[in-house]
Amino acid sequence: MCGAPDQDELPPLEVGAGEAVVHGHVRRGDAGLPGAYVRLLDRTGEFTAEVQTSATGYFRFYAAEGDWTLRTLAPGQSVDTAVTAVRGSAVEARVEVPA
Amino acid sequence: MSRADVLVDADWVEAHLDDASVVLVEVDEDTSAYDRGHIKGAVRLDWKTELQDQVRRDFVDKGQFEQLLSAKGIGNDDTVVLYGGNNNWFAAYAYWYFKLYGHADVKLMDGGRKKWELDGRELVEDVPQRETTSYTAQEQDRSIRAFRDEVVDAIGSKNLVDVRSPDEFSGKLLAPAHLPQEQSQRAGHIPTAINIPWSKLANDDGTFKSDDEIRKIYADAGLDTSKPTIAYCRIGERSSHSWFALRELLGEQDVKNYDGSWTEYGSLVGVPVEKDV
Repeated sequence: MCGAPDQDELPPLEVGAGEAVVHGHVRRGDAGLPGAYVRLLDRTGEFTAEVQTSATGYFRFYAAEGDWTLRTLAPGQSVDTAVTAVRGSAVEARVEVPA
Repeated sequence: MSRADVLVDADWVEAHLDDASVVLVEVDEDTSAYDRGHIKGAVRLDWKTELQDQVRRDFVDKGQFEQLLSAKGIGNDDTVVLYGGNNNWFAAYAYWYFKLYGHADVKLMDGGRKKWELDGRELVEDVPQRETTSYTAQEQDRSIRAFRDEVVDAIGSKNLVDVRSPDEFSGKLLAPAHLPQEQSQRAGHIPTAINIPWSKLANDDGTFKSDDEIRKIYADAGLDTSKPTIAYCRIGERSSHSWFALRELLGEQDVKNYDGSWTEYGSLVGVPVEKDV
């Protein structure tokens, strides 16, 4: 498998000792935004991965330790959110897409 | 061959939705995407269960490919337009695969499913019923497929283009960052490979950049177009995307995709590996 897994069917979150998970929800107003595209960009702005949010707006990346940018795409919109991944932890990011 | 012969945009697809000579094919690893909606008239092709042999690690053979396309209702004379998720990775893989078995007229829809969705275009749930055909495939065109021995021999002599992300190339990550990182194979890259991530060739919406922009990206990265080129990634689908850009968009003649890619190379005993971290 190499493609982005269905974010509705992810396994329970378990963070391996060497992993640095970045996860969270994309929201528009009070509701999670399903079907948004979340791109994980490294510290140089280079694309690293992309997933599409679940029915509840959830997304998850298994990143490496360090600073990342989440670029969230929805029709007509693009929102950048900075996040720092920590080895052995799951860092939660909150992305707000304007209504 | 020009860009227009191999790459069509969403407007072209919308204008040909009722064209009987055009067969739209959605290719995903995650087949539930198709179930959630697809372009009207599109048939589904499952990268993992339909294009891969289910026992050996290899493609379905010529006879199986013929059976598959016949059952899907795809004829030899049809124009096949491929699209899919993941920025068209698997659609590009299927494009390369259709070329491998000699399909005459195959195209990619630029930007794939993502561009279509971001445009707010219509997706439907109706599954089309197509009459079966008697598809005849050609023998595999090995001029576009590289195997491991050729890759090892290419070290220091041919262009080896590693299209994975910089952190996978350096050995910091073993897989794309949307996947858990537990893997059996070694991390790193093939010595003398240059890292030109597939994503440099694409815009945020998944469409390809212009030919001139792509040509400059390869030139700036040091690709010597006087030499043959082998592209690889982790399992051969992202490298199909780059193979498409090099051979089909830019017209480079001697370009192969190494579908064994890092999951094979990084598990081989005794081959050289470079790791930067």
